[in-house]
Amino acid sequence: MRSVRRRPRGAAAVVFGGVAVWLTVLLLLPLGALVVTVAGSAQDVLTQLTTQQAFDALALSLTAAIVSIVGNGVFGVAGALVIVRQRFFGRSLLDAAVDVPLALSPVITGLGFLLVFGRSGLLHPILDALGITVVFAWPSVLLATLFVTLPFTLREVALVLEEIGDTEEQAAATLGASAWQTFWRVTFPNIRNGLVIGTTLTTARALGEFGAVLVVGGSIASRTETATTFIHAAIEERHEAAAYGMALLLAAAAIALLWVLQRDRSAITTQKGGV
Amino acid sequence: MNAATSARLRYALPALALRGGVVGWLSLIVALPVVVLIVRGLSDGPAAFWSAVSDPAAVDAIWLSLWTAGIAAAVNAVVGTAIAWTLVRWDVPGRRLIAALVDLPLAIPTLVAGVLIIALFGPQSPLGKLLVSGGMPIAFARPGILLALLFVTLPFVVRAVEPVLEELDPAEEEAAFTLGAGQFLTLTRVLLPPILPAVAAGAVQTFARSVAEFGSLAAVSGNIPHRTLVAPVYILGEVEAGNPGGAASVSLVLLALALGMQPLAAALARRGGRA
Repeated sequence: MRSVRRRPRGAAAVVFGGVAVWLTVLLLLPLGALVVTVAGSAQDVLTQLTTQQAFDALALSLTAAIVSIVGNGVFGVAGALVIVRQRFFGRSLLDAAVDVPLALSPVITGLGFLLVFGRSGLLHPILDALGITVVFAWPSVLLATLFVTLPFTLREVALVLEEIGDTEEQAAATLGASAWQTFWRVTFPNIRNGLVIGTTLTTARALGEFGAVLVVGGSIASRTETATTFIHAAIEERHEAAAYGMALLLAAAAIALLWVLQRDRSAITTQKGGV
Repeated sequence: MNAATSARLRYALPALALRGGVVGWLSLIVALPVVVLIVRGLSDGPAAFWSAVSDPAAVDAIWLSLWTAGIAAAVNAVVGTAIAWTLVRWDVPGRRLIAALVDLPLAIPTLVAGVLIIALFGPQSPLGKLLVSGGMPIAFARPGILLALLFVTLPFVVRAVEPVLEELDPAEEEAAFTLGAGQFLTLTRVLLPPILPAVAAGAVQTFARSVAEFGSLAAVSGNIPHRTLVAPVYILGEVEAGNPGGAASVSLVLLALALGMQPLAAALARRGGRA
C-alpha cells in the first residue's frame, strides 16, 4: 500500500521548485519559442510547407512509418515468440542483437548500411545483377527506418508474452489446435495491447529518424528527402520558415502520439487493477 | 501417442520456420552491417586504423563527446532523481503534466529537439541576441551541446529510479527524519542507498545515448572542428568527404563504447530491481 501523498513542504517544496524551473527552461520555453516563431511568420511558413518538396518529404516519412509498423509488427510478434517461447543455442545472442539499433549512433547505422548496400558495398554485385539500387534511393530510407524501429514492437510484445505465460497456448495445443489456430485464437488476442503500444512507439521513432536516413538516403529533394532531412536542408539553405514549420509539425505529431501512448498505458494498468 | 506428444510434433515445424525467419532477418539487417563495419574499420591495417583515430580532429571530437556525455550523466543523476522523488513521494501540482513532459523527449524527433533549442537560444531570437552580446552564446557553442544532450536524455534516470522508489516504504524516510536524523542524513543513509543502482543505470544510459547523439547536435553545435564538433558529426563529415575507412575506424571506438555500456547498464538495472 502506498501512503497518501501530501503537498510538498520545506525542503521538498524547494526541490519541486527546482524541478519545475528545470522542466520549464529545458522543454516548455523552447517549445513556446518555436510556436511563437512560427506564429510570427505564419504566412511564410504556410507557403514553404505547401510546396511539392515538403509534400514529398512528408509522404516519404509516412511511407517509411507505415512500412515499419507493418514490417516490424510482423517481425516483432515473430521475434518475441521465438525469444520468449523457444529455447535454443544462441537465444541470448539473438536477444542482445535486438537491442543493437538502440545502442548505435544513427550515423554509424547509416555507414554500416552504406558498406553493405552501397556502390562499393558487400552486396553490391548481387543487387546490381538484380537491378536494385538501395543507397541514395527510397529503399535505403525504408531499410534504415526498419532498422532503427526494430526493437520497439518486439519488446512490448515480449513483455506481454512473459506476463501471460504459456498455459493457455499449451492447453490449445493439447486439445488439437494447429500452430496457426493457437496463434490467432489464443496468443494474438492477448498480445493486442502490446502490439498497439509497440506500433505507437514505432511510429514516433520512424517519423523522427534523421541520422541514418541522411547518410544512406543522401537527402535528395523529392526523392530521398524525409520530413527530418527536409528540416536539415532548410536550415542549411537558411529557409528558417520551412525548418521551423516542419519542426512544429513533427513536434505536434510527437505530442499527439505521446498522448495516445499514455492513454493506452493507463488503460492497461487499470485493467490490471493498478492505480 | 498421447495428445501432448502429438501437439509437440505438430508445432515443431512452424516453430523452426519462425526461428529461421527471425534469425535470418536479424542476420541481414543487424549483424551484417555491424560485422562489415568492424571489418572495414580494421581492413586497412593497424597503422591506418591508428592514424584515423589519432587524427587531431577525431581525438578532439571523441573527447568532446565523452566529457559532455559525462556532464550530462552527472547532471541527470541528480536532477532525474529529484524529479522521480517529487513525482513518487509528493502530491505536486501538475503531476500528470510533469509525467508527460518527462516522456516528451522520447517522442520528439532528436533533430526537432535541436531546432527547439535554436528557436529559443539561436542568434535570431531575442534571448539569443542578448546572450551573444553578453559574450556567452548557447547555440552553436558548447553550452548548446550540453542543453541538447540534457533534453534528449531527460527520461532515462527518472524512469529508472521511479519504479524502485515506488517499492520503498516512505515510512522509513519519515521514521529516520522523526527520530532526528536530519534531512541530510535521511537523504544519504536512508533514501539514497537502495536507489543508487537505479540512478547509476540511468546515468550509464544517459552517457551511452549522449555519446551516440547526432540529430540534435547536428542542429545546435555549429560543428566547428576542434571546438564544437562531436564524434558522430565528425564521422558524418568523413563519410561525406569520401573516407569511409576512416569513418569506420572512428565508428569502432564509439561502437566499442556503446556495446561495452549495454551489459553494464543491464547489470545495474538488475541490481536495482532486486533492491
